[in-house]
Amino acid sequence: MKRIYVNEKWCLACHLCEYYCAYANSGQKDMVKALQGVRINPRIQIEEDGGVSFAVSCRHCDEPLCLKGCITGALSLDDGVIKVDEKKCVGCYTCILSCPYGAIMPSASGSAVQKCELCLENSAGEPACVKGCPNRAIVYEERV
Amino acid sequence: MNHIIIGNSAAAIGCVEGIRSIERDSDITIISNENFHTYSRPLISYLLEGKTDEKRMLFRGENFYAENNVKTYIGRSALAIDHVAKTVTLDGGDKLSYDRLLVATGSSAFVPPIDGLSNVKHKFTFITLSDALALAKTVGAGSRALIIGGGLIGLKCAEGLHAMGCDITIADMAKNVLPSVLTPEAAALVEKRVLQNGVKLILSNTVTRFDSNAAYLSGGDRVEFDALVVAVGVRPNISLILDAGGATGRGIIINEKCETSLLDVYAAGDCTESVDISSGATKIMALLPNAYMQGECAGINMAGGEKTFDNAIPMNSMGVFGLHMMTAGVYEGDAFALNAKNGYKRLFYKDNLLKGYIMIGDVARAGIYTSLIRERTPLDTIDFDLVKDKPQLMAFSRMERQKKLGGTTA
Ligand SMILES: Cc1cc2nc3c(=O)[nH]c(=O)nc-3n(C[C@H](O)[C@H](O)[C@H](O)COP(=O)(O)OP(=O)(O)OC[C@H]3O[C@@H](n4cnc5c(N)ncnc54)[C@H](O)[C@@H]3O)c2cc1C
Repeated sequence: MKRIYVNEKWCLACHLCEYYCAYANSGQKDMVKALQGVRINPRIQIEEDGGVSFAVSCRHCDEPLCLKGCITGALSLDDGVIKVDEKKCVGCYTCILSCPYGAIMPSASGSAVQKCELCLENSAGEPACVKGCPNRAIVYEERV
Repeated sequence: MNHIIIGNSAAAIGCVEGIRSIERDSDITIISNENFHTYSRPLISYLLEGKTDEKRMLFRGENFYAENNVKTYIGRSALAIDHVAKTVTLDGGDKLSYDRLLVATGSSAFVPPIDGLSNVKHKFTFITLSDALALAKTVGAGSRALIIGGGLIGLKCAEGLHAMGCDITIADMAKNVLPSVLTPEAAALVEKRVLQNGVKLILSNTVTRFDSNAAYLSGGDRVEFDALVVAVGVRPNISLILDAGGATGRGIIINEKCETSLLDVYAAGDCTESVDISSGATKIMALLPNAYMQGECAGINMAGGEKTFDNAIPMNSMGVFGLHMMTAGVYEGDAFALNAKNGYKRLFYKDNLLKGYIMIGDVARAGIYTSLIRERTPLDTIDFDLVKDKPQLMAFSRMERQKKLGGTTA
């Protein structure tokens, strides 16, 4: 399974990954339209403090507490990728309570959650954060 | 292997998925006395609100049983277990044999004996889909509803009925709502939100008696209603194990593999009691994530795999009229406090461990706290001051972060 890995040494805290993520998931064709004047709500988020920074997004981990604890059945595992069905999700946030990485957040509407789905569901086709990272601080790799 | 599962909710589904992670084609039979495809019980209030419907609230897809090769007896009750002959007797007299059995019978509404209750015409509990459908049939805009119990179920019921346009009163003998998970100070925020939505609260009161459509409260109030909902608590369904001679306390007693005291009989979910590692106490943690994970653990062991579930904690996330709150663990030791506008946060820590927390309002990334409790992370190995402020991975060592995010295993 290819997954997203982070190398914090290379992170510039430029936040481009957040913008690429928001754009990829906006459903818009035009980046300016998607982002201009919008308070973005990306599925990948940078933490930074005292010169250290790194991006955090879903690990699609082997012990997905979000999925196991999901009270509605809106989260599911599809070919190694944890996905949310926003039609089933009611925004109870039990997954936010459960995720040890803090990688799930409310969607803009607040009535469902959102998370990284590796851009498999949107038009980017491959993780836009990885593609947009200028310093290879986020990579998408197969590792054993 | 021939597996039988009694129950068809979170713990039962966890068990099916646990078994199927090990064995592709063993026999699995589900027995359920509720006449529905597996559905999400907590969504019954959202159904009243119109935020879900009977199709979307299915806990697993319509093809779940077929895809997992599960035989079902839906709408049938298991009446008895013979753990020596290894059979389950159903209503109607059928006897089914098993190699391994899971009891995932959940809990039932507790209805206390109150003078005059039997004369109340429109009375309900609020646990099952049938309860919700019956309630929805009886009430509508302008109906007066009295809910006894200001806990999770009572409040969620109020939220559902509010969306239907009902005029709602909640009565509880506790002096604040959600008494089992919130401090009075935190509960005050929830009460404010509830009251702002026009729901009346009568706290520190018990019902002394009922007329057919009115309740008399210990403080002197008389509340008229068109529908009464009794939501004072639930009791684990332990009788199958008790009658078979298995060990029970308030719930069915299980070990960390989810085995009961009876050979080849497992139990999981709301019908069991287990150790809360945040307090060390044995409790009934009637919450869905625990039910699923216990069921999954049982299933893996039933199929011959190896799994323990030994880090259960009480934890809950809930929204009431748009106000989100999260609670976890036990409220012992020192407290770190943060009050924001319409927000509240307390972290409880003791013996170098995070023990519990309450967060209302801003609940972002709370799972990082939950994980500190569950993993019993020594607080001197992280930057606790940083994490107190807000949950963040920055508080971990670079090496720990490398494991979490960088994919190194060592
Ligand atoms: C309104 C409401 C809101 C809730 N909200 C939340 C929430 O936000 N978060 C959370 O974590 N939890 C919540 N819960 C609790 C959650 O629903 C339970 O923890 C969970 O459903 C437990 O699953 P279970 O499989 O152990 O048991 P149950 O869901 O109780 O299922 C047990 C099943 O077994 C059947 N059964 C029992 N005896 C027999 C028998 N002899 N023969 C055949 N079948 C039998 C029962 O009819 C039932 O269908 C809520 C509950 C309610 C009622």
